[in-house]
Amino acid sequence: MAMSDLAPTGTPATPPESGPRGRRPRRPRRSRRLAGRDVVVVAVLLGLAVVIDIAFIWGPTIASVVLSFSSWNGVGDITWVGGQNYDNIVNNYPPFWPALRHNLLWLAFLGLVATPLGLFFAVLLDKELRFSRFYQSVIYMPVVLSLAIVGFIAQLVYSRDYGALNSILGRTSHPTDWLGDPNINIWAVLAAVGWKHIGYVMILYLAGLKAVDPSLKESAAIDGANEFQTFWRVTFPTLRPINIIVLVITVIEALRAFDIVYAINRGRNGLELLSVLVTDNIIGEASRIGFGSAIAVILLVISLGFIVTYLVRILREEPR
Amino acid sequence: MVPSSAGRSPAPSRVGFSLFGAGSPALSRRTLMRGTALGAGALALPAALAACGGDDDKGSDSGSKEVSFGSNYSDPVPKTAMESVLKGYESKASKTVKINTVDHNTFQENINRYLQGTPDDVFTWFAGYRMQFFASQSLAADISDVWSAVGSGFTDALKKASTGEDGKQYFVPFYYYPWAVFYRKSVFQQRGYTPPKTLDEFKALCEKMKTDGLNPIAFADKDGWPAMGTFDYLNMRINGYDFHVKLMAGKESWTSSQVKQVFDTWRGLLPYHQPGANGRTWQEAAQSLVAKQSGMYLLGAFVGEQFTDADRADLDFFAFPEINSQYKQDAVEAPIDGFMVSKKAKNTSGAKDLMKYLATPDAELLFLKSSPNNVATHKDADTSGYSQLQKKCAELVGGAKQVSQFLDRDTRPDFASTVMIPSLQSFINNPNDVDGLVKSIEDQKKTIFTT
Repeated sequence: MAMSDLAPTGTPATPPESGPRGRRPRRPRRSRRLAGRDVVVVAVLLGLAVVIDIAFIWGPTIASVVLSFSSWNGVGDITWVGGQNYDNIVNNYPPFWPALRHNLLWLAFLGLVATPLGLFFAVLLDKELRFSRFYQSVIYMPVVLSLAIVGFIAQLVYSRDYGALNSILGRTSHPTDWLGDPNINIWAVLAAVGWKHIGYVMILYLAGLKAVDPSLKESAAIDGANEFQTFWRVTFPTLRPINIIVLVITVIEALRAFDIVYAINRGRNGLELLSVLVTDNIIGEASRIGFGSAIAVILLVISLGFIVTYLVRILREEPR
Repeated sequence: MVPSSAGRSPAPSRVGFSLFGAGSPALSRRTLMRGTALGAGALALPAALAACGGDDDKGSDSGSKEVSFGSNYSDPVPKTAMESVLKGYESKASKTVKINTVDHNTFQENINRYLQGTPDDVFTWFAGYRMQFFASQSLAADISDVWSAVGSGFTDALKKASTGEDGKQYFVPFYYYPWAVFYRKSVFQQRGYTPPKTLDEFKALCEKMKTDGLNPIAFADKDGWPAMGTFDYLNMRINGYDFHVKLMAGKESWTSSQVKQVFDTWRGLLPYHQPGANGRTWQEAAQSLVAKQSGMYLLGAFVGEQFTDADRADLDFFAFPEINSQYKQDAVEAPIDGFMVSKKAKNTSGAKDLMKYLATPDAELLFLKSSPNNVATHKDADTSGYSQLQKKCAELVGGAKQVSQFLDRDTRPDFASTVMIPSLQSFINNPNDVDGLVKSIEDQKKTIFTT
């Protein structure tokens, strides 16, 4: 969106080869420049990558889809049961709907609360406040922790009987069961997740903001834009590549969420997530591999929804 | 609105993230070749590493003198204890045992693949359905001949727990740890409580503890499994061991009036349980017993791990009270840990010889030196070194008419973990919808027990 605004004004100023007209005729020339031996080398190297890609990404994916129509315990024979696994997941597996809801809640929380907060902190820190280095380190610090560690910290804070939070709030006679009450524990966990995610988003935006040409803001100010307008109309659009990265990271984080709830209570009792259900069913002594694969396929379809939307946007905007 | 200076500013796509190729600069032949080679190298490297790792286990089938031993005793104390047990065998039989220790949870989670791949000759495992499952998948070797040599040392209940569905033995029991209602002697003495025999007495005691400002029953189910112990005992006391076993095997209906009665009785007891159980680990609940905030705790003998050595002498227990006079206190829940021989063993005769050694009281006592919360399975194991509590545990199990293994060992593991854990947790959250709960369990059970 920002690029299309920029392009008409930008074209005359930039050298012709990076403009839309200069690019087209280059492609055939480039491939002609590769000699026969090079083509072989590229083919071998690319072929290797493709083979590995098929073996480790497409193979398992297709196997999951195929297995999702089966009933198999990992040892005996595979029996084909058609769509029965999907029927059971939807109609006869109580943790499924909560898990789906929690994944979407996770996405909404990261996208609508944590990410804007991260951007907000980045903007504040970009203003060169006093001690901004200090704030920056403090907010970024949780990012270096793995989510499993954050899960352990969360337990120390939220534990009903021995946790820090209930002591601080003075709720010792009627303690709140932050992690055991299925109505509130997801929020307690999301707060811990947000704590980490905000720092991550902040550092990305901060890097982007540092790279914004100050003359942009100056000229906006000269044109009479106030600070709010300058940010939304000038700075934010130039952050577009960062926005895309943050968006992708947010979606990935929400869909792959697993470690923190697994560390807290193995993803049960109000903390169900699709990834946990997949693990619970597939890993283990007498695995329900077919059933677990079906949940994995559902997660795959949801991910594909985001991936396809993203790719469509990128591909539509690219060939300008 | 965009200022005209945009042309001079670094285009957004140049700000450093060319990850998405928005404006990749002219791609020369050299950078293309270099990039491709680097990329291929980076991808091929892990694959090459993985390929190297695969062959490790293949060189171990040297003479028949060596037996390999797959162990899940990964914590330091039991690990050294197990090593000393196997050293005892090595010096006695002048053979070598190659120990392959794997992290406890990893071992359990990978057991399927482990047994189908290149398993060790002897491996550590559990009695009950968990053992029978692998026996019936013919992943475990029949060791009935070992039993005819060592069987006289074990009670019938233990033999039953070591027997597969086909009537053959597949398992050698090593030690067990009974579940019972634990309490602190000093608390009971100080307040004049006496261990209850029946459910009514139990409830009366809970009521008294409440008025004394104690939390009657410590309770935790964050880990998902501890509440299973309560269910097992209530079911075995109300409906008897045989019904319990059939229910676990998927042969009785969860919507039956018997099961509903279990949950109804449990609901009557829940007000005496520590609230907020789903957010508490068993260790935290045990600490409330240690701190004399809770009066009693239904758990395995491993609750002693949370007590200091000095305090442990103060720990005592009583058997779960009688509910139905037909079944009295006949059944005891006492999970048994022991050993099995894998079907794919390279040295089966050596493995069986090792099993015979592991079935001796000496081997058991050597191990128990370091874990004072367990009890040896062998009849002739010398109990003089036992603590008071261990002796009482041994009596409890010795006097039991039936021994159950624990819900997640007595039924299909997938049913226990994917159905029973969430169901019991939701019962603890909302004990009032028993009908909906048992219907949901029954519906899910039907989909699992078909395979």
